[in-house]
Amino acid sequence: MARMIRVLVAKPGLDGHDRGAKVVANALKDAGMEIIYTGLHQTPEMIAESAVQEDVDIIGLSILSGAHMTMFPRVMELLKEKGADHIVVFGGGIIPAEDVEKLESMGVARIFGPGTNTGDIAAFIRNRFSDPE
Amino acid sequence: MTDRKRFEEAEGKYYDALDDGDVQDLEFTTVSGEPVDPLYGPEDTADLDYLDDLGFPGQYPYTRGVYPTMYRGRLWTMRQFAGFGTARDTNERYHYLLEHGQTGISVAFDMPTIMGYDSDHGRSEGEVGRCGVAIDSLRDMDILFEGIDLSRITTSMTINAPASILLAFYLCAGEKKGTPFDRMGGTIQNDILKEYIAQKSWIFPPEPSMRIITDILAFCSDHVPRWNTISISGYHIREAGSTAAQELAFTLADGFAYVEAGIAAGLDVDVFAPRLSFFFNAHLDFFEEIAKYRAARRIWAKRMKEKYGARDERSLLLRFHTQTAGCTLTAQQPENNIVRTAFQAMSAVLGGTQSLHTNSMDETLALPSEKAVMIALRTQQMIACETGVINSADPLAGSYFMEARTREMEEKAEVYFRRIEELGGVVKAIEQGFFQKEIGRAAYEYQKAVEAGKKIIVGLNAFGIEGEQIDIPLLKIDPQVETHQRESVRKVREARDNDKAARELERLRAAAAGNDNLMPVILDCARCYCTEGEIIGELKKIFGEYREPLFL
Repeated sequence: MARMIRVLVAKPGLDGHDRGAKVVANALKDAGMEIIYTGLHQTPEMIAESAVQEDVDIIGLSILSGAHMTMFPRVMELLKEKGADHIVVFGGGIIPAEDVEKLESMGVARIFGPGTNTGDIAAFIRNRFSDPE
Repeated sequence: MTDRKRFEEAEGKYYDALDDGDVQDLEFTTVSGEPVDPLYGPEDTADLDYLDDLGFPGQYPYTRGVYPTMYRGRLWTMRQFAGFGTARDTNERYHYLLEHGQTGISVAFDMPTIMGYDSDHGRSEGEVGRCGVAIDSLRDMDILFEGIDLSRITTSMTINAPASILLAFYLCAGEKKGTPFDRMGGTIQNDILKEYIAQKSWIFPPEPSMRIITDILAFCSDHVPRWNTISISGYHIREAGSTAAQELAFTLADGFAYVEAGIAAGLDVDVFAPRLSFFFNAHLDFFEEIAKYRAARRIWAKRMKEKYGARDERSLLLRFHTQTAGCTLTAQQPENNIVRTAFQAMSAVLGGTQSLHTNSMDETLALPSEKAVMIALRTQQMIACETGVINSADPLAGSYFMEARTREMEEKAEVYFRRIEELGGVVKAIEQGFFQKEIGRAAYEYQKAVEAGKKIIVGLNAFGIEGEQIDIPLLKIDPQVETHQRESVRKVREARDNDKAARELERLRAAAAGNDNLMPVILDCARCYCTEGEIIGELKKIFGEYREPLFL
């Protein structure tokens, strides 16, 4: 049997808005993925560490406090330092379009904005890890 | 034929016709998922007693409003929540809003301020001034209110875990302008229970947090009598995904928990209860929201009188601020949010709110731009000046539908009160994750309903525009804000009398370890420019920090 896709859902920074993170975590779980949820108020260091320890395939970062331009690059940097930059990073939150472009050009796989269908997130992850024919 | 007989005949005919009629294949439920009947009639309100259940406005049980004159006497306060960047940036926004007819100030703090970190702390990196204004010390508070007369305006501060400190900064800023404490009016949110439940900005564990709150209640009763000491908030519970009934029940349960804590701390209920106020959400379902506000007033008045023995009439009044529901705004076709917000604001006014914030159309994308916030403020002014809804108090009272829905809302809340009691009270229920799980479940159910198309959101899962280009101006926070603010807090520490600051911080630690009221010593710390992070740091040494049990 194929290994389940392991997803770390993480809340970096001081922001406590966890509705989106929890809804996405539940939806991905229902879509058959294995979910590790970090809880709130995580530093990028804590997130990178959990990602490596839990041997996840992908990290979803949820940020609604405007700190995304600090948190995303930091998590990516730390993954690189740990030799774990094979771990895909995606995210969501209150993130203006021009920052979405910047983040995606830095290597963030995808930013999902408000109103996203959770089915689209599951499909995106699945496509990412489907075996290339 | 008797009247009764004629009624039954007509009713039977109506229901037959209803059964025969074509009905669309839709779910006729509220946004909270509650079924709604096709019609309400005299039988739904047959047991309603006007004086016992409704009363005149300004009379027990206040279902019809807390004041006899309602909006004829005074409109609700138009209070737009605002804060970004430095104190200087936000001060300019306040002057702008006041010049355009806003009647109260509402401060949005940035995350480091909310969580008790100074701007130069490592955990503040990337967060300074981002989603609110950065306030590190009395110096920033002075700048925030430059040119604003604190004896004439009331200020609401959305601050919880560090509320005592920000209140101290504010009172000291007023004191420096020559305004005595007893002439300053305003609100601190100071509602820590809903932080554990929904908003998740806590610092200390529940027990010391409740002690700080009762210290504030006692201090303000004596020295700052015009201050609303807790704004018991359903807003965040709703934004986290609860239903309307959960918002109502959990918020009032929190309110009762504060009342019990105050009484347990030896305070007379009538000394502090008149300064408790509430903060509710105005969500999409127009009538459900109005029923919620009406039920809230009735439940509060009855319990305060019957269970807690309040005798002062002011202890029975549920006065509330309302904010339209941020979580209902769409990033798609953002201009539509102007209309959504207008409907929501109207429900708050018909529900008898004392104060109102209308969201700006761009808030799913960024903090509001000047243009967007102006339209939001104008929305309130249109409701007040153009629609005529202010002429009569509680205009929907007596409607079979509205009274039945109000009663239903009350009954649902009572079921939750019993459940919370069974769990051992609010704090115990938090520890068991009761609220968190209830809210999480409701949020996920709602998401599934939207994704299945059972709930329609215009512009999102219906009536979308293919390849829509969003073209509205957004507020940008200058990245220099953080650098500037870090330097500024360092300068404050250099310029002050550091021996004195250290002595005051030590006094604070001793007070925290003992039982003395913390407010006077926090004020002394504020006066000698101790920073928020330093004050919180001392308190953490004694009180420790809260760790959330994880519930997905």
